[in-house]
Amino acid sequence: MAVDQLSESEPIKPGAKEQAALWPAVLNPFGRFGIELNNTLGAMAVFLVRASIQIFRFKQVPEIVHQVYFIGAKSAGIVALVGFFTGMVLGLQLYYVMNKFGAVGFLGTAVSLSLIRELGPVLTAIMITARAGSAMTAEIGIQRISEQIDALITMRIDPLGYLISPRIAAALISFPILTAFFDLIGILGGYLSGVILMGANSGAYTYRVDASVEWLDVRGGFIKSIVFAVLVITICCFQGYFTHMRRDSYGSKSVSLSTTSAVVLSCVMILVADYVVTSFLL
Amino acid sequence: MEPQPLIEFRNVTKRFGERTILQDVNFKIYEGEVTTIIGLSGSGKSVTLKHIIGLLTPDDGEILYQGIPIHRMTRQEWNGYIGRISYMFQNNALFDSMTVFENVALPLKHTSRLGRKAIEAKAMARIEQTELTEVARKYPSEISGGMQKRTALARALVTDPQIVLFDEPTTGQDPIRKNAILGMIAEYKKKIGFTAVLISHEIPDVFFISNRILALWDKKIVFEGSPEAMESFNHPFQNEILQSLESLREDITGLYSTRHFKIRYQTELVRRGADDSYAVLIFSFDNMDDVSASAGHHAAQQTLRLLGNYIRKHFGAVGGFSTRQTINEFTTILPFSDIEEARRILEKFAADFRDHGMRDLEESFRREVPSDQCFDFVISVGMAQGKPQVEIESIMELARFDKQPIATFQCGRWR
Repeated sequence: MAVDQLSESEPIKPGAKEQAALWPAVLNPFGRFGIELNNTLGAMAVFLVRASIQIFRFKQVPEIVHQVYFIGAKSAGIVALVGFFTGMVLGLQLYYVMNKFGAVGFLGTAVSLSLIRELGPVLTAIMITARAGSAMTAEIGIQRISEQIDALITMRIDPLGYLISPRIAAALISFPILTAFFDLIGILGGYLSGVILMGANSGAYTYRVDASVEWLDVRGGFIKSIVFAVLVITICCFQGYFTHMRRDSYGSKSVSLSTTSAVVLSCVMILVADYVVTSFLL
Repeated sequence: MEPQPLIEFRNVTKRFGERTILQDVNFKIYEGEVTTIIGLSGSGKSVTLKHIIGLLTPDDGEILYQGIPIHRMTRQEWNGYIGRISYMFQNNALFDSMTVFENVALPLKHTSRLGRKAIEAKAMARIEQTELTEVARKYPSEISGGMQKRTALARALVTDPQIVLFDEPTTGQDPIRKNAILGMIAEYKKKIGFTAVLISHEIPDVFFISNRILALWDKKIVFEGSPEAMESFNHPFQNEILQSLESLREDITGLYSTRHFKIRYQTELVRRGADDSYAVLIFSFDNMDDVSASAGHHAAQQTLRLLGNYIRKHFGAVGGFSTRQTINEFTTILPFSDIEEARRILEKFAADFRDHGMRDLEESFRREVPSDQCFDFVISVGMAQGKPQVEIESIMELARFDKQPIATFQCGRWR
């Protein structure tokens, strides 16, 4: 339209038509992406709210317990392992740095606060995403493409209440507990490398852990773990639940791509949310 | 006055992207009837069924349940409507992380107020009826495709629904089980009185249990009527689709399908001279429903198959041709025999069937049917002489009138 008006009112400059057509071609994909992102975020919010309101039903209890076992208990091993070695690396690195300034006595403070405020919630969430989140996306995705979710609808069983709500509840229970577990094991790992292997003072380490960790630090870690739980579970379940809506693939391929998207998106969102929550907490 | 349809499609159109699957589809489903939708693969049969249960919504047109458009129902109305329907998926849609028992019990567990024991009893009853007792604790991946299909069937029927939508319930089954499932649908329809909508390629077997046939062709319903009316339906569907779907011989008995039987009758008898005669025999498996109820559908279908085999063996050898006319009745025409010759062949048939056929059945029942189950049945035969100028239906009626028992099975023993 604009190009037509231009040509009617004044003589056409060479290249004017091409230039006028260039802008929509450049801007349209951004516009489409913006609309799509807006729609997806809206759909995710509705998905989360609709699933969350169905948590508080007595029939959910056995399935919530089952999911706590799957997300929480079964992830404990890998969380402990990662926590232990993270703590050990922290103990080792911080010992070398602090030794330069003669501040080895503050090793306990540095290790414990790094873990409780930052690394614990973030790494725990990433580990749960890798272990349980991906499995959830794949499971729900397969249920979607094999019409099991449609079967639930025909049986008058709300798929959100049946499949998603227990997972949200279980994640809200498991994430903080596993984060606390990660912190504890990490502090022990830091003790092992800093005190036993490198020779820092044992009493100073434990005293500094005890003296420097305050309720505010623990609360911050707890808030982060809750935020990450909501993010991870929403992204992973949403990707699986709507795997059939993907436009880039079908069937089992769409399940594999949804699983990849869920893990990547969850990890990215954990780090983004970590920054946002930290900036509010500080 | 025409009764109010239970479900009605009015100008329903469904598109997936650029592709139109259904175009202005109109049809009616009546309460208490078995309606079968036939059509080629990919013609939109499953899409039609999914519209009824609300898994898909039409792009144009509307679907009415008892006169109320389902997409304008209140939440309460919708719950009431959907609570009356059960759906058996084409690919079964079983939960692969649940056992057969858990799959069957799932809808009861979540939508009924029954206690644990009542749920267990009800689910196990359906599992027994579908001959799945031995695999009740196994997972779907550990059982055969046929068993998975029966698990889906048991799950669809466990809530005693008023309307059941069956999407190809017999695919992947052997001929006896296929007919046993169709028999089960017919029996439940009688017992529970549900309305069934069936998608099936099993022609002519499915015609025995269907009240109405809907033919889906080129995005539209091109035929809506009884199975009998379908045979005289003059449309490209008849030539292109029906003949490709319909087997020359019926799976379970190996006898001609009704349509092919009629074609053979036309070619062999109608052009013969007025003085020529032929013999018509009507065989019936009386008390078939009792056998299904007491000994199971499998036993009833076994009896039908055996009877079909013996008919083929004795009457096929002398140029006769036969068909299964209804669910428990066979018709045989001996085009080159008069009534006396037919009687002699029948005597030999009856002796062989009693001495060998019934003995085989007795042994098979002893193996498969619990010893405390007592059931009786009778095989009867009637004969009549036909003339080319006389309508076959009236000769068959005469033969039916003449029926005499030739073999009786009483409480586990043949007589």
